[in-house]
Amino acid sequence: MAKFDYAPAPESRAIVTIRPSYGLFIGGEFVQSTDGSRFKTINPSSEEVLAEVTDAGQGDVDAAVRAARKAFEGPWGRLPGAERGKYLFRIARILAERAREFAVLETLDNGKPIKESRDVDVPLAAAHFFYHAGWADKLEYAGLAGGGGQGPKPLGVVGQVIPWNFPLLMLSWKIAPALATGNTVVLKPAETTPLTALLFAEVCQQADLPAGVVNIITGAGQTGRHLIEHPGVDKVAFTGSTQVGKEIARSIAGTRKRATLELGGKAANIVFDDAPIDEAVEGIVNGIFFNQGHVCCAGSRLLVQENVADDVVMRLKRRLQTLRVGDPLDKNTDIGAINSAAQLARIRELTQVGESEGATRWSAPCAFPDRGFWFPPTVFTEVSQSHRIAQEEIFGPVLSVLTFRTPQEAVAKANNTPYGLSAGIWTEKGSRILWMADQLRAGVVWANTFNRFDPTSPFGGYKESGYGREGGRHGLQAYVTTGATR
Amino acid sequence: MSPAAPRRSGSQPHGGHDQRIEVRKTYKLYIGGAFPRSESGRTYEVRAAAGSFLANAAMGSRKDARDAVVAARGAFGKWAGASAYNRGQVLYRVAELMEGRRAQFASDVATAEGLPPSRADQVVSQAIDRWVWYAGWSDKIAQILGGLNPVTGAYFNISAPEPAGVVAALAPQHSSLLGLVAVLAPIIVSGNTAVVVASQARPLPAVTLSEVLATSDVPAGVVNLITGRTAEIAPWLATHRDVNAIDLSGAADADDLSWAELERASADNLKRVLRPAGDGLDAVEPDWSAAPDLTRIKAYLETKTVWHPKGH
Repeated sequence: MAKFDYAPAPESRAIVTIRPSYGLFIGGEFVQSTDGSRFKTINPSSEEVLAEVTDAGQGDVDAAVRAARKAFEGPWGRLPGAERGKYLFRIARILAERAREFAVLETLDNGKPIKESRDVDVPLAAAHFFYHAGWADKLEYAGLAGGGGQGPKPLGVVGQVIPWNFPLLMLSWKIAPALATGNTVVLKPAETTPLTALLFAEVCQQADLPAGVVNIITGAGQTGRHLIEHPGVDKVAFTGSTQVGKEIARSIAGTRKRATLELGGKAANIVFDDAPIDEAVEGIVNGIFFNQGHVCCAGSRLLVQENVADDVVMRLKRRLQTLRVGDPLDKNTDIGAINSAAQLARIRELTQVGESEGATRWSAPCAFPDRGFWFPPTVFTEVSQSHRIAQEEIFGPVLSVLTFRTPQEAVAKANNTPYGLSAGIWTEKGSRILWMADQLRAGVVWANTFNRFDPTSPFGGYKESGYGREGGRHGLQAYVTTGATR
Repeated sequence: MSPAAPRRSGSQPHGGHDQRIEVRKTYKLYIGGAFPRSESGRTYEVRAAAGSFLANAAMGSRKDARDAVVAARGAFGKWAGASAYNRGQVLYRVAELMEGRRAQFASDVATAEGLPPSRADQVVSQAIDRWVWYAGWSDKIAQILGGLNPVTGAYFNISAPEPAGVVAALAPQHSSLLGLVAVLAPIIVSGNTAVVVASQARPLPAVTLSEVLATSDVPAGVVNLITGRTAEIAPWLATHRDVNAIDLSGAADADDLSWAELERASADNLKRVLRPAGDGLDAVEPDWSAAPDLTRIKAYLETKTVWHPKGH
């Protein structure tokens, strides 16, 4: 197939000013760590050091939680919902105003293509704040109270730990509902992607958000543990791996801390023989290669009806050869860099296991830059359900293809996983879509589409994909108390 | 112990040739619609609040708990798939049958909890009314808790609640009937199936309820009831990987039991945990006569959101 040549179309990074080093954002200002150390954050597409950031220690976490408590018991706790909402509206507006800056910084720190950070991450983050701003003075209408009892009240200080795949977007999913409901926040961004959260701290300053309402502490797993286990934290919100989610569930057992956990997935993307195949192929590509497959709800298991399997796989491979892998700042890039050396090693390990267990591997031919962390779009066929690549979350651009004959078999295979975050259905038959949607044990079902997100749409999993929902009226529930359970 | 002590019903043998010896009941487990003895062959003495011997109840084991989970899982698909109207009628039917057995329940509760007859009768009324209250929710929660989401872009987007699956519940230790109903009804009304560990010291009202359930329209396996030592059975349910949620209400005043450990064990498959009432590590049994709300129903629901493009 003929291939167009594209001239490089790099987005300018001049819009971003990265400081050589960052402190912690506690009590409304950047402060130096009292007991932490420092580490570097790099650009995963070039391995260039972007900045030095703080690995916050226990004392730093304690200071942040105290600042959040002080704000909760002080000005923020007394602020009427309508006024609270105005701060969120301000934040939404500032994010929109500085959207390009955030997009470029996100791409530099994360490695994702600029077209995704520009068109998905940042606009959705702003939309999340705008959506939740309007809730702040309408919570009694949200159906959160059990009914007849007391109205919804904030929980207090919320400790939030977010992953590296959608750094700013996950920040917005966490902070916007927490503030709308009147809580205060200590948030820890992921170790490899701290920069947009630190830039968000500047947004809080520009919005004149009262000191201590939002605190940003950077660090690795130990910092997150200190935060989650801190006795001054009333609620925990975590997005990340199922393994860490279980550790968190154990660590808060026997306390009165509340938790929402958005964890891993191994979603089935189910293609029936009557689906428009070219559209389905686009959906498969979007399902697993969006954001390099670093997506908890990625459609990482393709279940394709047996009689069209060869055709679908052939067209899929043809399509994958047209994807442009490379410089994330290039506006034509489809697939960017793997976020870290550690994640690249994990993807390599699992794909090697896939081959050794007998699946057939195909990778799109790609020319990679000399430096950075890269992995080609990869498809495994001849995959059986017991293969690790059909069971474990790879969190990379790797698709496992399985086949089925009947809708019942598709359901059984789709549900044959401890996870239950998302699923996809491709068919022209409406009644089959609705029947399938009923049968699939997953929190989000995309029919004839995939990987769509919206602030009004609740997101979250069944089973070991975690608990609680984020977004919509449902997402507010986890941040309020409505009195004792009877 | 005085095995020959008259039963609580007061059906004293009469003198002379009319003397009749009461036929006593064997109290068994309720699993998959059947009434087995514990596979362990064990029983334990149940005594009235006043101290007299009442019965040898089955002392459920790990194997019984696992059998109950299998039965509950087997019943889940059909019960969850039943129409909401049907589930509402089935729950309402339980209330109807309880009303017919009011005297037996009142006697059971009075004996187990040491309540005067008038108070026991009041508790039975509350328990029946609790079934009626929850029955009515079956075909309303989807509208109250779900709805259309106004997403940006040409998409139809709707969220609806679904049952979480198999729910284990430790029934309250003190409120042997009202507390049990208050815990059980919100589990099954939305389509979950239940494995309930009855009050350890006051299990007989629960066994009577299981007899009502068996003769009602509640399908076999939807409710499974185990009597025995709460602290022995609960850990097997907390660690069971095919249990989706657990209600720890009955941890309050349960002997030798730490709800914190049960919650920790529940993390292995990320069960939804409903903690017991109280502050910190304390667990207290709430006043079950207080008006209920949606909290318990919500505790065992998942929200499913479905997207579809719009086009022409």
